Amino acid sequence: MESIFDIFLLEAVVNGLLLGGLFALLSLGLNLIFGVIDVVWICYAELIMIGMYTIWWLHVPQGVSLWLAFPAAVVLVAVMGAGLHYFIIRPVLAAEPINQLLVTGGVLFLLQALATVIFGIDFRNIGVRMPGINVADMYLSSARLLAFVVALAAIGATGWYLRHTFTGVAIRAISQDRGIMPLMGVNPNRVYLVTSAIGGALAGLAACLLVLQYDIHPAIGLSFGPLTFLICVMGGLGNLVGGFVASFIFAQFISVGGFLFHLEWGYVIAFAFFIAMMFWRPQGILAPSTR
Amino acid sequence: MSNQVEAPVPAPSAASRPLVVDARPSGTLRGIWIAVLGFLLLLPWLGLGEYPLHLVIVALIWSYIYTSWAVMGRLGMVSFGHGAFMGIGAYSVVLLWNGFGVSPWLGAVVGVALSVLVAMLIGYPCFRFRIIGHYFAIVTLALSEVTRLVIVALRDYTGGSLGITPMSGLADGATYSVYAMQFSDKTVWFYIALAVWLFGLMVWKMADRHPSRLALQAISEDEDAAASIGIPVARTKLGVTMLSAGLTALGGVLYAQYQLYVNPDTVSGIAISLQLVFGAIAGGMFVRLGPTVGAMFLLALSETLRVMIGNQYHGVDMTVYGALLILFIIFMPRGILGTLLKK
Repeated sequence: MESIFDIFLLEAVVNGLLLGGLFALLSLGLNLIFGVIDVVWICYAELIMIGMYTIWWLHVPQGVSLWLAFPAAVVLVAVMGAGLHYFIIRPVLAAEPINQLLVTGGVLFLLQALATVIFGIDFRNIGVRMPGINVADMYLSSARLLAFVVALAAIGATGWYLRHTFTGVAIRAISQDRGIMPLMGVNPNRVYLVTSAIGGALAGLAACLLVLQYDIHPAIGLSFGPLTFLICVMGGLGNLVGGFVASFIFAQFISVGGFLFHLEWGYVIAFAFFIAMMFWRPQGILAPSTR
Repeated sequence: MSNQVEAPVPAPSAASRPLVVDARPSGTLRGIWIAVLGFLLLLPWLGLGEYPLHLVIVALIWSYIYTSWAVMGRLGMVSFGHGAFMGIGAYSVVLLWNGFGVSPWLGAVVGVALSVLVAMLIGYPCFRFRIIGHYFAIVTLALSEVTRLVIVALRDYTGGSLGITPMSGLADGATYSVYAMQFSDKTVWFYIALAVWLFGLMVWKMADRHPSRLALQAISEDEDAAASIGIPVARTKLGVTMLSAGLTALGGVLYAQYQLYVNPDTVSGIAISLQLVFGAIAGGMFVRLGPTVGAMFLLALSETLRVMIGNQYHGVDMTVYGALLILFIIFMPRGILGTLLKK
């Protein structure tokens, strides 16, 4: 997990805020899927990795413009998300919940290994360096600022979709009562498939933003995968607003903690805080205290 | 975590999980056991090469670690945090030996005690506040990542991601040092690994016969119902978690002393934690020899793939491994041995 998301100097807090936006996007897709299908995709970060490789492969060896490579990656990962649900999650939906967790863990290994086979273990990057911005003596990365803005826009768009379209309302309804919706004439399997595709598309979008900032390698998913689960759990799995708040808390811990001590300690403090929070509010930070 | 899909329950006494297999000793089974044990005891003298013997030792160590995980995993407590306990065990012995010259025998005791303590600190609130299922898996996942990161962050002492090698305790020309728990002869390691593996199986059996065994089974089926008939849910679960953590730490010690090298990624973190879970599940976590079968299967798989495709293609073995895991969980959730025994 070292060296990714590394933090420069005094801009730790502002950078933490920007990082929080990115985390919020990362956790949104996962949270949505959990809320609706009740499955945690352990391999979520690996889908993002595949998206990043897609962009790299299209842009660098194939010479495709980034403006085409980005949408292509979003579409591909969305299709992969739907495929993941249809071929791998669906057969175990009736099994014990832990099997659903484990089967996606198998996908994690598979995708990581496939990326190693196809692309090798070298670090790749798309060779785009976004300029830095100087604001009031602070150095901010414009890639990070862009990620923050795009992430917030995507979150807003997803929220609008869930509230103002028929499918969106059906998705929210299913997450509230799984048993009753089939009686209302909604086909849950279709809703699950659509949700998985949306989750995949959000992963693809995250890939577009991450590829501007970080080098790609097959194990990159492990650098932010565990973090994403922790954010979702701390926010209360399936609770979109809680996940959003937790993202910014986590990002501040990593950013400021990493600045004050050392990068790994930022993570350690964030994780320790996570464990402490689990005991205080096991159902998520926005849930009523259980004591 | 119940298997209510198997609708017609034949008799009230039939357990929904094939645990009965263990509880039914038969003459033939005992005969097979004695034959296998006898064969294993003689194994190093059968003219096996160094490398095959090494593979057997590694298989025994992983069998033991998977078994330690399954001691709690089979009761519905799927921990993704056992990498933490393995890492604590491994790093405790190596750091105490390198830093203070403490004998690994004593270091092992410290490592196991530390793991049990950590298991208690993380387990008590989890069970007290009913953190189960996904939540438990992910909280424990956080624990194994924290352990890995702490090891990396303490790089001045632990060597960080590069790992650490226990200092040689061998005097000039000596081939072993009992005090340093270092033996150049693989035969010694074979017997140590064999003993520890048998110890793991014995603990499993003792746990099965312990009075709280039935309470744990009840908890894994329905926690509320178990609590309503007066079972102290949190305490009972905590006991088995501490047991499993201590056993796993011992596995970490064994691994470190046998390999004489540890690094944060091979003994802790998410990858190793998932490997433990998958190994145990592939073999069948509900039967006593299931984790052992899982360890042998995974080792045989990686060796076969290594011989077939060689080392020049990175990742092919992991691709097959990942694909098999997916197929296993979809089509054979009871694992290899569990499926065989059920028929």
